[in-house]
Amino acid sequence: MRRGAIVRVVTIGLLAAAVATAVALFIPWLPADESKEGGRIDFVFWFVVAICISVFGVVAAVTIYSVVNFRVRPDDDSDGPPIHGHTGLEIAWTAIPTVLVTVIAILSAVALAENGRLKSNRLVVDVTAQQFAWHFKYPQYGGFQSDQLRLVEGRQVELRLRSLDVIHSFWVPEFRQKQDAVPGIVTHLGITPTKVGTRTLICTELCGLGHALMRAPVIVMTEAQFDEWARSQQQGSEGTPG
Amino acid sequence: MTELAEQTPHAPPKPPPTGWRRVLAPGWLRVPWMTALFFGIGLGLVVGLRALAGWDPVFNWLIIVSIGALIMAPIGFLAGIGAFDYWVKYALGRPTEPEDHSGHGARSWRDYFRVNTDHKVIGIQYLVTTIFFFLAGGMMAMIFRAELAKPGAQYLDPQEYNGLFSVHAALMIFLFVIPAFAGLANFVIPLMIGAPDMAFPRLNALSYWLLPIAGIMMLSSLAVPGGGFGAGWTGYAPLSVVGTDSNVWFNMGVQWAGASSIMTALNFLVTIITMRAPGMTFWRMPLLVWANFTTSLLVVLATPFIAGSQFFVMFDRLMHTNFFNYHAGGYVLGYQHIFWFYSHPAVYIMMLPGFGIASEVISVMSRKPIFGYRLMALSLCAILVLGFSVWAHHMFVSGMAPWLRVPMMITTLLIAVPTGIKVFSWLATTWEGRLHLTTPMLFALGFVSMFVIGGLSGIMLGAVPIDIHTSDSYFIVAHIHYVLLGGSLFTIFAGIYYWFPKMTGRMYNERLGKLHFWLTFIGFNATFFPMHIIGVEGMNRRVYDYPPRFAAWNMFISLASFFLGASFMVFVYNMIVSWLRGPLAGSNPWRSMTLEWQVSSPPPIFNFDEIPQIVGGPYEYGVEGARHAVFNGERVHGVEEVQRT
Repeated sequence: MRRGAIVRVVTIGLLAAAVATAVALFIPWLPADESKEGGRIDFVFWFVVAICISVFGVVAAVTIYSVVNFRVRPDDDSDGPPIHGHTGLEIAWTAIPTVLVTVIAILSAVALAENGRLKSNRLVVDVTAQQFAWHFKYPQYGGFQSDQLRLVEGRQVELRLRSLDVIHSFWVPEFRQKQDAVPGIVTHLGITPTKVGTRTLICTELCGLGHALMRAPVIVMTEAQFDEWARSQQQGSEGTPG
Repeated sequence: MTELAEQTPHAPPKPPPTGWRRVLAPGWLRVPWMTALFFGIGLGLVVGLRALAGWDPVFNWLIIVSIGALIMAPIGFLAGIGAFDYWVKYALGRPTEPEDHSGHGARSWRDYFRVNTDHKVIGIQYLVTTIFFFLAGGMMAMIFRAELAKPGAQYLDPQEYNGLFSVHAALMIFLFVIPAFAGLANFVIPLMIGAPDMAFPRLNALSYWLLPIAGIMMLSSLAVPGGGFGAGWTGYAPLSVVGTDSNVWFNMGVQWAGASSIMTALNFLVTIITMRAPGMTFWRMPLLVWANFTTSLLVVLATPFIAGSQFFVMFDRLMHTNFFNYHAGGYVLGYQHIFWFYSHPAVYIMMLPGFGIASEVISVMSRKPIFGYRLMALSLCAILVLGFSVWAHHMFVSGMAPWLRVPMMITTLLIAVPTGIKVFSWLATTWEGRLHLTTPMLFALGFVSMFVIGGLSGIMLGAVPIDIHTSDSYFIVAHIHYVLLGGSLFTIFAGIYYWFPKMTGRMYNERLGKLHFWLTFIGFNATFFPMHIIGVEGMNRRVYDYPPRFAAWNMFISLASFFLGASFMVFVYNMIVSWLRGPLAGSNPWRSMTLEWQVSSPPPIFNFDEIPQIVGGPYEYGVEGARHAVFNGERVHGVEEVQRT
């Protein structure tokens, strides 16, 4: 390969990668990150995006260069050079992607293991999904029930998800974490909210006609606010079974 | 040549029956009454058995329709059109007519509406049928994109919305992408390997006629009382069990389409294994043949699983079995495991033939041998094997055994390696080539670049933490459309344009073809790229309503989708006008080496007047004096002698 060709391909590749990077950086992709688990997911996300941008750059560079430089007029009857392969190149583009995906797999597995670790002081909430509503029960606080999911800033919550009818799925985009609620089994999800505020929980598994509207408010509070709220709920629910 | 053609065993068609006997002859006159008869048998069975058993009500219309209309009536239709005539005669011990080739080849447009055993006719039947369902599915997409242009409910109620996107996906997957590839391969594969037809022409005809049944079943589900099936094309239990009755239409539609798929795949396997021309070793097969070989293995091994999953759902509804009824010990996640054990390999069923088409087109249009031929074939085999070990990556958040996530992630990411090999090899094939940027080449290169984006988002989804955030969001919708539209659809178009001169004998209009490519390419990216963004931002899929913060992008996507939809009109116009009035193409307008281009356009009725002798690889462009095949009666004769001894 000539030197000039390499320079030009690299230039096109860098340009394509720069465009892709601009798309990645200047368009708001991920919503605000408001949980500890989300931070790890975001790290994996951007790491993989960086790899993807470089692969995209290579492919775009070669495609564009080939199309621009090697196109011929329709009446050109000549053939290209009979190159059947190149063992070194073929080994390279087998080995390099293998290494890259291995790194991605290791990083992902670590992030997954970290996010799956449950702390002993965690808040436990029993989440029940049904067509088309969410209910939340707090077994550590006398088992009162609420239509809002209230969480504590900085304290991990373990959600124990159940479904009464079909499959639903728990997703708060700001927390990143997601888990299906499956009839017949209990599934688990750990989230550590890091910011006080109100978000929306949405169902992300098609569950029927009300799927689009199956939402619930998620309110993250400080420890003190939460304790006060829990106490008032406990008093309110006294006498009612549940 | 003509002399030889006339010597081929080709009995003149029998005189057609006259008068009332015409309703007994295979064809459209026999279809209505046979269909009605078989529906009646189904109805009689159900009502009779229920009356005997004393079950109330005797007329249970859900059961009657399921048995009568969805199982028996299609059999009646097939019997009426004549798909079983030969076998019925054979089974009854009545004389069959093995030398009767009156159902072979098309002499007028009417022959396309009959049971025809010619693989070339069947290939075109497949393609026209699948494009019809493609346009139908596309129109549905535009209807629900109109709904999605603004947040809140506009034109559709939730049932209509769920029905439309479910039928859209089911049609596109089961009635377009999979059978369109089968159609192209039907036309091309026997020619490519030097065979006179497929191994089982009657089975081939039957597998085509199952398709319209499946398609009409899925389309008509929208008219079923209660509305179309609304559990998505994935039909997850228990929603598909407790949802509207039209879910049974989906269950049975998948069975008919799946049966068609399996029969075709068996046919391809036997054809490719046993009917290659002398000299065509596996390492001399064109990559499209390799692609269809591996695809057929996938189909044969995997499709029975989706058939099983749909039967289970149907039995749960109709027969009160408890496969997925958790109240009675059913295993809800079992559905997903069985379903994806098919439906992930199905992704490759929808992709590998496209890889094959891209290899043909890119090599010919670059005037260079395909780069790394053996590794290209081996990576198809690697995808075939790995494809069976990744199904649970669709279930990372499903609540399956947590330990399964990491191994499935590793296999999923590893499958990027053989896929990457293919992409890099295509690019290397173009390097220093003589690129002819014809319409098929534009679609093939468009495929490579779009498929790379779909593949990269696939790697992101393969990484469990990213998948946890993005699964069931619009990011998934973007990913599958980059893979299935930017991937499969682009290669289908590349294939249709590439073999159009071979199929019709006429050339399509190149300027319109290029216009079609650019309109589709721009419309496609404008429609589906923004879906990545809103998905990551937090918009879930399969919803008719969404928070106002996604309104601007959704309006943009909807407008772009109408543009994309309109771009296909250029294609339809080009195909129809060129088929009728295009300039004659000649036998080998692309100067290709593979066998299908060495016969006339359209090919003779039994393909090859003399059996070709394969003497080299299929992509020896630029190699001085290289030939893929020679046509020489004496040499062929000599080879036969050698093989017999």
